[in-house]
Amino acid sequence: MRDIYAWAAILLIVLASTTGDVLLSYSMKRVGDVGELWKRRGVLTVIGRVFSTPTFALGLAAMTIAFYSLLFGLSWGNLSLVVPASAALTFVANAVAARIFLHERVGRRRWIATLLVAAGVVLMAV
Amino acid sequence: MTFRKYLVLAGITVFATAGDSLLARGMKDLGSFSLHQLSALVLAILNPWVTAGILLLLAFFSCYMSALSWADLTYVLPATSLGYVLVALIAHFGFHEEISATRWLGIALIAVGVGFVAAGPSATPRRQSEHTLDTSPDAVSQEVKS
Repeated sequence: MRDIYAWAAILLIVLASTTGDVLLSYSMKRVGDVGELWKRRGVLTVIGRVFSTPTFALGLAAMTIAFYSLLFGLSWGNLSLVVPASAALTFVANAVAARIFLHERVGRRRWIATLLVAAGVVLMAV
Repeated sequence: MTFRKYLVLAGITVFATAGDSLLARGMKDLGSFSLHQLSALVLAILNPWVTAGILLLLAFFSCYMSALSWADLTYVLPATSLGYVLVALIAHFGFHEEISATRWLGIALIAVGVGFVAAGPSATPRRQSEHTLDTSPDAVSQEVKS
C-alpha cells in the first residue's frame, strides 16, 4: 500500500517538475539571451524582464509543487526508490515534453544522451 | 558555444551539488521536523550551513535560467547531470566511501551521456519571428552551425 503512495508521489513529482522545466525554458526563450541583454541593458533589465514574464511565475509554482511532492514522497517511500525513479523519469518526460511543447529538435544524439543519463541515475541508486 | 557558456553549465552542476550537500548537512544539525513546528522551519535559515546552501542554490537557479535563455532544455538537462558523478567521486576520494561496481557503471553511463549531448548542437534554430526581443535572431543559429 505504501508503494502505491510512493509511486503516486513519484508521478506527481515527474508531472510537476516537467511542467515547471518546460514553462521556465519557454519563459527564458522569450526573454532572450540573458548574457547579451545584461551587456546591453544591465542586470536590472534582465531581472525585471524575467519576473515580468507571466509563464515564469507559473513555472516557479510548478517547481514548488514538485519540491513539496518530493518531501511527501520521501516520507512515504524509500529515498532509494523515490529520488532515482523521479529523476530518471523526469529526464525522459522532459525530452518528450520539450519536443511537443517547445518544438525542440530532439535528435538521436539527445535521445541517446537522455536515456544514458536516466539509466546511469538508476544504476547509481541500486 | 563560447567558453563563458561552458562556465555557466559548469556553474549549474557545481552550485546545485554543493548547495544540496550544504542543505543536507545543515538539516542534520536540526533533526527532523513535524508539521506543528513551522516556526522551526523558518528558523532553519539561521543555521549557517542552511544559509550557505540556500545562497548556492540561488546561484544555481540564476545559472540554470541563464542557460535556458540560450540553450534547449533537452541540451541543458543531460549536459548538467555530472553532479551525480561529482557527489560519488567526492564521497569516494574525499570520504573513502566504497563504490560498488553497479555504481561505477552508472557513473560511466552518465559521463558518456553528458559527453554525447555536449558535443552536439546546443539550440534548435528558431524562426526570426519568434525572436521579438533584444537578442539578434542569428546568434543562436550561427552557433548551431559552428
